[in-house]
Amino acid sequence: MAELNTGDGGGGKGGKVRSKKQNSKVDLTAMVDLAFLLITFFMLTTTLSKPQSMSLGLPDKDDDPTKNKDVKVDENRTMTILLGDDDKLVRYVGLIGSPVSGGAPKDMTYGKEGIRKELLSRKKAVLQYTGDKNKGMIVIIKPSKKSNYRNLIDILDEMAITDVPTYAIVNEFSPEETKLLEGNKE
Amino acid sequence: MAKIKMNKKSTSTDMTAMCDVAFLLLTFFILTATAKVPEALPVDTPASTVQTKLPESDLATLTIGKGKVFFDLKGREVRKRALELMGQKYGVVFSNEEMEKFALMEGFGVPIQNLKQIIAMKSADRTKADQPGVPKDSLDNQLAEWVQNSRLANIETNDKELQIAIKGDAKEEYPAIKKVMDILQDQKINSFSLVTGLRGKDF
Repeated sequence: MAELNTGDGGGGKGGKVRSKKQNSKVDLTAMVDLAFLLITFFMLTTTLSKPQSMSLGLPDKDDDPTKNKDVKVDENRTMTILLGDDDKLVRYVGLIGSPVSGGAPKDMTYGKEGIRKELLSRKKAVLQYTGDKNKGMIVIIKPSKKSNYRNLIDILDEMAITDVPTYAIVNEFSPEETKLLEGNKE
Repeated sequence: MAKIKMNKKSTSTDMTAMCDVAFLLLTFFILTATAKVPEALPVDTPASTVQTKLPESDLATLTIGKGKVFFDLKGREVRKRALELMGQKYGVVFSNEEMEKFALMEGFGVPIQNLKQIIAMKSADRTKADQPGVPKDSLDNQLAEWVQNSRLANIETNDKELQIAIKGDAKEEYPAIKKVMDILQDQKINSFSLVTGLRGKDF
């Protein structure tokens, strides 16, 4: 124990002046409390302040158009999501001219009740249709010129939440799709 | 009758050792914590539920907001080398002192011709300086050069491929983001990170 004995050296005779023995121990409890509080603070702030990130992989781009091969996919497996301005979102399943039953172009909302429900149910339906675990749903995301970055992140986040196996960002718009985004506006 | 004497024990424990350890750890955390540098272009990043952390080193951040692009690079040596390469490319000579200052600077958003003035400023003035962003149009694509030279510098100094992160403002329109992605894709960078905020699990 950290104790300092301030004993008087030897006994003198006669009237001796007795110095008062004082306890030199200091209560360190409060100090330790404070130190650990600060430790906790610094530990949490150093690890929590790192920004989050999501990684995004894009397909190879080739400037030579002859090298860009169109990949043929089963239209029953694809869902196309169009992002418009003012958080507008339109989805259709299959081809735009001849959509799969129940997959006609329809406005949706972001989040739990809107697009996520649709994604989850479609994902199941596609797996049933193909009967092959490796042939899941394919989602094509088409952000229009007026959509903003938040919309894109929201949709990519939905992809991560619903665990869609394949998705791609496509920038080309067909005239029908442009009409879809603009025509339905009041 | 024999009396059993209870040994009276003191309830206070010795805190000295505990206190020592606590303060040792405290000192360690204070010293290793890096002070947050003020951002040159404050942006409001959109939230996501994905919880991957950004790497601490070998990282270049492209901040996009208000149509401007700012460039930031991690690592002092990498920054110096990248600046040197850029200087050679555009015929701007930076002194050793300027390089040292640049190595410690936060992100910047000016054409390389004006970079000297930004380096000369105090860090408090830099945020107020209203930087116009790194030029990224096809005539004067300095952003692509910065990315290219930073990758070279990173491979030279750290022997690792540079990671690219895009930090966009939530309200930024998609074409501005696409433009930057296209610049990256022109250099065959097909995978990069998008910096996001944190969102609750039950979203």
